Amino acid sequence: MSLNRRDFLGRTAALATTTSLIPMAALATSDSIKLGSILDSSGPFDAYGKPMDQAMRLAVSEINAAGGLLGRMIDVTAYDTQSDMALYSQYGQQLTRQDKVDVVHGGILSASREAIRQTMRKSKTLYFYNVLYEGGVCDRNIFINGVTPAQQVEALVPYAMKNSGKKVYILAADYNYGQITARWIQKFVAENGGEVVGTDFFPLDVSDFGSTIAKVQTAAPDLVIAPLVGGAHLSFFRQWAAAGMKDKIALASTTLGVGNEHKVLTAAEGNGIMCAYNYSQELDTPENAAFKEKWAAMYDGDQSMHEIAVSHYHGIMTWAEGVRQAGSLKRDAIIDALETGISIMGPGGKVTVDPKTHHAVLDVHLMEMRDQQMKVIETLPQRQPVDTQAVCDLSANPDDNTQYEIEI
Amino acid sequence: MDLGFVIFIEMLYAVASLVLISAGLAVVFGMMKVINLAHGEFMMLGGYATITAVGLGVNVFVAMLVIAPLIVGLIGLIVERLVIRHLYGRLVDTMLATWGLSLVFIGLATMIFGNTTTGISTPIPGFTVGNYQINGYNFFIIVVAIVLVIAMLAVLKGTRAGLIARGTMQRADMAAALGYSPDRIYMATFFCGAALSGLAGAVLAPLVGLVPTSGGAYIAKAFITVIAGGPSLIAGLISSATSFGLVSQIFTFTISPVIGEVALLVAAVILLRLMPQGITGRFFKGKL
Amino acid sequence: MLITLVVSAFLIWVMPMLIATYTLTVLVIYGMLGLSLGLIWGFGGILCFGQAAFFGLGAYTYAIAAVNIGESTVPMVLAVLVPAIFAALLGAMMFYGRLTDVYLGVITLVVTLILFKFVNSSAGPQFVIGKARMGGFNGIPGFQTLNVPGNPDAYVWGDPYFYVCAVALVIVFLLVTCLLRSSFGRIAIGIRENETRMALMGYDVAVRKTILFAIGAAIAGLAGALFANWAEIVTPGLFSLGQSAEIIIWCIVGGLGTRFGPILGAAGLAYLKFVLGQQSMIDNTLITGLILVMFVLFLPKGLVPAVAALWRISFGRTRRKPQRTGRRRARHG
Repeated sequence: MSLNRRDFLGRTAALATTTSLIPMAALATSDSIKLGSILDSSGPFDAYGKPMDQAMRLAVSEINAAGGLLGRMIDVTAYDTQSDMALYSQYGQQLTRQDKVDVVHGGILSASREAIRQTMRKSKTLYFYNVLYEGGVCDRNIFINGVTPAQQVEALVPYAMKNSGKKVYILAADYNYGQITARWIQKFVAENGGEVVGTDFFPLDVSDFGSTIAKVQTAAPDLVIAPLVGGAHLSFFRQWAAAGMKDKIALASTTLGVGNEHKVLTAAEGNGIMCAYNYSQELDTPENAAFKEKWAAMYDGDQSMHEIAVSHYHGIMTWAEGVRQAGSLKRDAIIDALETGISIMGPGGKVTVDPKTHHAVLDVHLMEMRDQQMKVIETLPQRQPVDTQAVCDLSANPDDNTQYEIEI
Repeated sequence: MDLGFVIFIEMLYAVASLVLISAGLAVVFGMMKVINLAHGEFMMLGGYATITAVGLGVNVFVAMLVIAPLIVGLIGLIVERLVIRHLYGRLVDTMLATWGLSLVFIGLATMIFGNTTTGISTPIPGFTVGNYQINGYNFFIIVVAIVLVIAMLAVLKGTRAGLIARGTMQRADMAAALGYSPDRIYMATFFCGAALSGLAGAVLAPLVGLVPTSGGAYIAKAFITVIAGGPSLIAGLISSATSFGLVSQIFTFTISPVIGEVALLVAAVILLRLMPQGITGRFFKGKL
Repeated sequence: MLITLVVSAFLIWVMPMLIATYTLTVLVIYGMLGLSLGLIWGFGGILCFGQAAFFGLGAYTYAIAAVNIGESTVPMVLAVLVPAIFAALLGAMMFYGRLTDVYLGVITLVVTLILFKFVNSSAGPQFVIGKARMGGFNGIPGFQTLNVPGNPDAYVWGDPYFYVCAVALVIVFLLVTCLLRSSFGRIAIGIRENETRMALMGYDVAVRKTILFAIGAAIAGLAGALFANWAEIVTPGLFSLGQSAEIIIWCIVGGLGTRFGPILGAAGLAYLKFVLGQQSMIDNTLITGLILVMFVLFLPKGLVPAVAALWRISFGRTRRKPQRTGRRRARHG
């Protein structure tokens, strides 16, 4: 009995001490702005995550060099989720509940975004998801900077079909992004008078596509569109070229190149693959030239920036602009400021926040891979995220918290 | 007709690749009763050795067939001397120690080579059969697997070294009494087993992007194939590889690659339940 | 028993002062998972290469049931029952087929792989159980977490959740102790020592192994459900080979054949991994691997027996505790 009382008193004392320490801990760092970053810097998706991390640090160092935001420096708390979705959830909770950051920029795969979106919302932490994805997220707490199907796929499909033919085969990664994007592709193929002769999904660790390639040949399409994701799926493009299919059936992708895969594949394997993104290293604009210089200066001549690293950079710059206009770090003030339609000029062109959906209005360029570079064929300026605009209106329904999926 | 030929080649390829990835493990398990769970990582190291050698300008076939097996064989030798030697007879302990080694190799490979998917192009172009394109490299793999099996048979049955090895496999103490050092024989066997793993990894490297964790995909299949094969080394290997290869390809073609993989696993469970000593525990008894 | 209670109370009081409860909770959960394998392997002699399968099943059962029911009590119960039933079926198939040793290991490994591959490829919209999308690679996020029974809005998370998990572990530990001291437990240990002899003595070996296997799975399932509540997401990675391997490593490092060893191994190694994950000088896989190799070579019996041996050597003959089982035997005459 006496042990229990002592035990109880001791525990209460311990609890009291720890709780009293927390406000002091918060006070200690309140002079810097805390930016939380949660990315895969290792594991199968590190080709996406490492350059994004580099872009984030470049953006933060630029802002800090110019005097910071509201007179305060930005302090980065970064976690490496090692390509593990469960770690996203854990680090997301750590960032919001323990580190209590002011904003989170993170998530790469759509699965990772969905793993932390609700945590961010529940803890009222402003969240930026700066990656191309399948569209449809309607949530006032999140701002999304990447291209969506209406911006990317809707332009890519007719361009690819014009260069090949009407019969299309889809090979997609088996998770929410791949599943939903495949449906979008089916919609746009039908709208352009084409026909989808087959759709196959592959878990992210599949790297043996031999039987798939045979199956595709049986269906005899004119074009293969491949929203494949990750290091293992890269083998498809190698095996396709090895089977000698490069000259027989045209190839397009909504994801190849996003992680600079065109530099990993040989020229023979990559030539002629069609894609469409907001950014290419070959973009000939003053902003891009300046960006590439700054990157090379900070990272010893490295030039591994890619589509989503640049989107990530855009996201942080957009957030910074929102903070400046709001004059405060309060989430609602920043959201209101961003909803006035803030624009920034980035290496990928002009990026504007769309108030109704919290997505971005972006330039999209049609490209073709040639000699391990992404040659820009045509530029479609300032495309609106019409896919999400059709289903989401945050000014009318600010409490909406859904990802709308396209039904066919 | 063409489709039939393509499917036939794909099936042969599935069997051949299972044979290749399991050969190293089979040699080590069959001869020494050591379950080398670092086998997948030996394959991964073979792949990296090939890519590095090709990067240094060596001809790709030499790199695949000569350099990679030698390097991985040497690594295996070091592993055997340092770790495995102390654990003979302790089946579970060797499994755990080699599992630890596999983690060590993954860690080392990640630190040295990084995580990005590297690769080399397949050196043999595709060719046409009727309306279909086949990956020419698949033929190469089938040929390598066949040559490998024949070589293993030839060495074990036809040479003196093979005779000594088989003797040690059956009764190590008798072999010792006759003047042969089991220690040296185990060393040599492990070297050969590791070299075979390295060869398999090297040959398969051009097909799949190589990452430090690639070994993990192979170890489960190799382990299952070898255990289901049973006590006979070559007969077991071929029979289980054939059964699993056929089952998985049938399901892959009719439904999807994922179901094909699951079918292979389910077949393994059924097979082990019906024949708890492996295939060659029941059929082909006594054959090598 | 009293000593266990006192020591656990002390630890529950002291540990949150050293390590954040958020991290401590997952260490406790892993400890429970380690104990589940320690029970069936250390005391029952069943080397299960796929303990992660039951862990994952428990977690997924909880998540799917919670999405469908919306309140956490029934899902928690289901999360313990479903893995136990699955293990009973699997165990019956294996043990009645007289599978032993390596072959058992292979089948359990294969089962966990099948589950992993199946769950990993369930991202499509057709994979739905009631209201719950299985989600494949995405996993299942956003389900109802543990709440006070009957009151769905009273969430138990943060510090109170740590206490719930810690108390659960203590209860499971005590139950396992009682089980091992009972006749069932002693017969199970006998089966581990010499199965043929026990069979010849007339005990039904297969049924006892199946029951023990199911109990281990139930504990693993409970750990899985608690993990699901902690992480607030379930992913196919819970079924993975890597997870199974980790559990085995925990038992080896902690000490097979003891009750506390696997818990210590689990908590210790998980904490080490967490600490190592925050630095990027040396790859943590490398360190985990080195630890495993060192332990197998030099401390094959694990930490707890080694420490116990050290204790005996240093303080040896001060108090000779009679064998607990011996005393029981004497009492029953």
